[in-house]
Amino acid sequence: MAKRIEGKNLNIYYGKFLAVSNVNFTIAPNSVTAFIGPSGCGKSTVLRTLNRMHEVIAGASVQGKVLLDGDDIYESGIDPVAVRRTIGMVFQRPNPFPTMSIYDNVAAGLKLQSGRIRKSELDAVVEKSLRSANLWGEVQDRLNKPGAGLSGGQQQRLCIARAIAVAPDVLLMDEPCSALDPISTMAIEDLIRVLKKDYTIVIVTHNMQQAARISERTAFFNLAGVGQPGELVEMDDTQTIFTNPTDKRTEDYISGAFG
Amino acid sequence: MADGDLPTDLASRSTNGVTPARGGNPFASRIGGGGVGLQPAPPAAAAPVQPAALVGSAEPLAAAAPSDAPPVTGAGSPALGTPKGKVRLGDRVLLALTTGAAGFVVVLVVLVAFFLLVKSVPSILDDKVNFLTSTEWSPTPGNLRFGIAPLLYTTVVISILAMILAVPTAIGIALFITHYAPKSIARPVAYAIDLLAAIPSIIYGIWGARVLAPHLVGAQHALYHLGGVPLFKDRNVPTGSLFNGGVVLAIMILPIVTAISRDVFERTPRENIEAAWALGATKWEMVRLAVLPYGRAGVISGAMLGLGRALGETIAVFLILSKVSHFSPSMFSGGETIASKIANSASEFNDPASTGAYIAAGLVLFVLTFVVNAAARTIVNRRKDFT
Amino acid sequence: MTATLTRSARPTVFARPSGARKFKNGLATTLVTAAFLVALVPLVWLLWTVISKGFHVIMSSSWWTESQHNQTQKTPGGGALHAIVGTLEQVALCSVISVPIAILVGIYLVEYARGPFARVTTFMVDILTGIPSIVAALFIYALFVSTFHHLRSGWLVSMALVILMVPVIVRTTEEMLKLVPNELREASYALGVPKWKTIAKIVLPTAFTGLVTGVILGVARVAGETAPLLILVGYAQGMNANLFGTKFQGSLPGMINDEFTNLNTATGGSAYHLDPNGKRVAGGAINYAPDRMWGAALTLIAIVLLLNVIARFVARFNKVSQ
Repeated sequence: MAKRIEGKNLNIYYGKFLAVSNVNFTIAPNSVTAFIGPSGCGKSTVLRTLNRMHEVIAGASVQGKVLLDGDDIYESGIDPVAVRRTIGMVFQRPNPFPTMSIYDNVAAGLKLQSGRIRKSELDAVVEKSLRSANLWGEVQDRLNKPGAGLSGGQQQRLCIARAIAVAPDVLLMDEPCSALDPISTMAIEDLIRVLKKDYTIVIVTHNMQQAARISERTAFFNLAGVGQPGELVEMDDTQTIFTNPTDKRTEDYISGAFG
Repeated sequence: MADGDLPTDLASRSTNGVTPARGGNPFASRIGGGGVGLQPAPPAAAAPVQPAALVGSAEPLAAAAPSDAPPVTGAGSPALGTPKGKVRLGDRVLLALTTGAAGFVVVLVVLVAFFLLVKSVPSILDDKVNFLTSTEWSPTPGNLRFGIAPLLYTTVVISILAMILAVPTAIGIALFITHYAPKSIARPVAYAIDLLAAIPSIIYGIWGARVLAPHLVGAQHALYHLGGVPLFKDRNVPTGSLFNGGVVLAIMILPIVTAISRDVFERTPRENIEAAWALGATKWEMVRLAVLPYGRAGVISGAMLGLGRALGETIAVFLILSKVSHFSPSMFSGGETIASKIANSASEFNDPASTGAYIAAGLVLFVLTFVVNAAARTIVNRRKDFT
Repeated sequence: MTATLTRSARPTVFARPSGARKFKNGLATTLVTAAFLVALVPLVWLLWTVISKGFHVIMSSSWWTESQHNQTQKTPGGGALHAIVGTLEQVALCSVISVPIAILVGIYLVEYARGPFARVTTFMVDILTGIPSIVAALFIYALFVSTFHHLRSGWLVSMALVILMVPVIVRTTEEMLKLVPNELREASYALGVPKWKTIAKIVLPTAFTGLVTGVILGVARVAGETAPLLILVGYAQGMNANLFGTKFQGSLPGMINDEFTNLNTATGGSAYHLDPNGKRVAGGAINYAPDRMWGAALTLIAIVLLLNVIARFVARFNKVSQ
């Protein structure tokens, strides 16, 4: 299930503007990798190129390769729709479909992919996904209520359930806790530790403590200079990044000198 | 945007007000220093009518004191000097004016309903046939015989036909503009559709009757052969049929329905669109998952507003429809709607009794459009519960 | 490179959307684009008809300087001045009454509205928005003609138009005032500026261009209204600038309607017609009604679209909606 991701010579553009330049990295399967760095350094942009969400924005484009177990997701002939089915995503702000019930939200992706599914089968997947997202107990008796009626933390776990219901290989998380309170954040972090058994997880976070708590590997992104594109400064074991980074800029950032 | 960029009349109006800049407090320099409205009232000013305030209300610009006026403080400040419970004259005047205007609107609507009722009820009571079910229409004084049924039927059929044609097209155009077309095409198209809404209905009427009608004969003929049911049966007019009128009405309400649909589709939250993409949705699936459910209530209310327009449309229908001597339910027959009947008979408004018959028809139209609009409103309000 | 090595194994990796999904997606794209193309047809066709049939008519100088006094369908010349004057007068009177009332109602709804009366007002504005023009005309007829026994007259048309114009302007005023950020009001209150002055000096100037846009759109909306004309004033071919008299008065929609009824009546019958120089020319009957009808239509469209373009131009200067 879980797969390895590699970025090779990634140059990411918004129109003619080069937002991130020359990024190379390898992410191991069944690991949690954190992307950290100051605002505007392009870490979310890099994350969004990993499932071709970047190109949803008009004029945005990518050069280079992103390999999923060796297969380039940007190769011509590859349908971005198929890529996104394989690589799921959870966003900064919880975004359940407002007009759908909790049940329908979880089932949404599945219903798309396999036309007609038996109700019992669907029920089973919905329950399993909600259990995996650690939400089942809280919502099992109100599955037909609107998903928007849940608390922020519950909504975010609902979005995680929605993403894992289609059984992706990789789960991308774009600051999934930044809109949540500390208790909900802890619940999500616990969930991430459990989920890495089945998925490769990449998480963008502003919160360095969070990166230290949940990730095995950490990548530090920074702007090459004022008005210059973002770049990957260094990537290493989380332990190393936070205790003994190679690059001076990483050390400055970690120690709170900027950012 | 600075004051200098504005048309001169606007600039002069805002001389004493603000330069609404982005960020910062635009009043700080002008109001704080100039003391607009801060007339140093005597501490004992128990009377709410302060002379200075009077000047202020009559000539606002004159109230700007020189900027070197000392800042008012302590007991001398107007806020503290004005006793509790008393409201400034300026506030009372503006409140009275705006409430009065609101009251005028309320009274106006009540008067419309009242006069339509008062002027039509005597005629309805005097009607020798059933007003709601009869197909007769001869409001001769002394022998009033008039029924609304055929007019109501024609009005409803022609409007529903217009809806069937216009609503799906409008949804398509709105989706095209908001989610399919590149920006360089979408903007001019949106602009053009809005302009279409501005064209007066009489022009749709003459165009529909003189230019479009001959081209619809073929389509009408083809549809007729589907026939059998009463709706398709008669074919006593080549042009000027309900079908013809419905097509033109559809073109007329298209811009309204499109504009409202476009508006709601545009407001689909980005997060929901991205959530759909991230689940591996195709474009159409994204639209079905995120855009359409979000915009459904808006589209329905837009359609209802369009229906309201179609029901009440007068002149275009009046110019297009052929009058027929015998009522036929077929949409390939001619006929008259409530509105076109009234417009057609304006010259007969001589006798109060027969005029009352037409006002009664107008009352039915009023109630009908009211119900449709109220339904549209209810749908919009109900959607709030789910979000 | 690894990519080249694994390429052969690729097809199984990313399950492409099924054929049915692809088909539906393609079908939707086709239908959406088709809807747009279909909608363009009547737009272009209608504008082309009016322009191609009306342009040469409105380019004659007499169109703008003469009325249709003593003209028949068979006599060339004459103009639409009487109709333009009538329409402008009726709309001007309507605007003078509607604009202040509507803006005050808008201010009430945004700045003051509280409690049940506010809800009643909103509800009534909603109803007013939906009133068909023929019903508005009937009401004015029932009030002024049936009850107070006024004779039909141009100003009655203005009264009916007020009913149609007020809700349009109330709506845009409401929208525009809501766009004024609350921080501006609060900053003003914090400086001790009373509410009425905050509204007059800060809220209204900030929303000013938006209000102008609303007024222009309101004017454009009523300028082409025909139903009140049919019921409340007769159409006169000659000049009648007296809005308050009891004589018939010309108007652009009235002129279009009048010439429409003349389209078929003049054909046949005479063995000659007058050419543009007034000479008798043998041959089939000629009818100037179509020219005049399309000319009046083009004039009306030009006025209404011009107002719309101005409204959009003014809206560009809007400080709050940008």
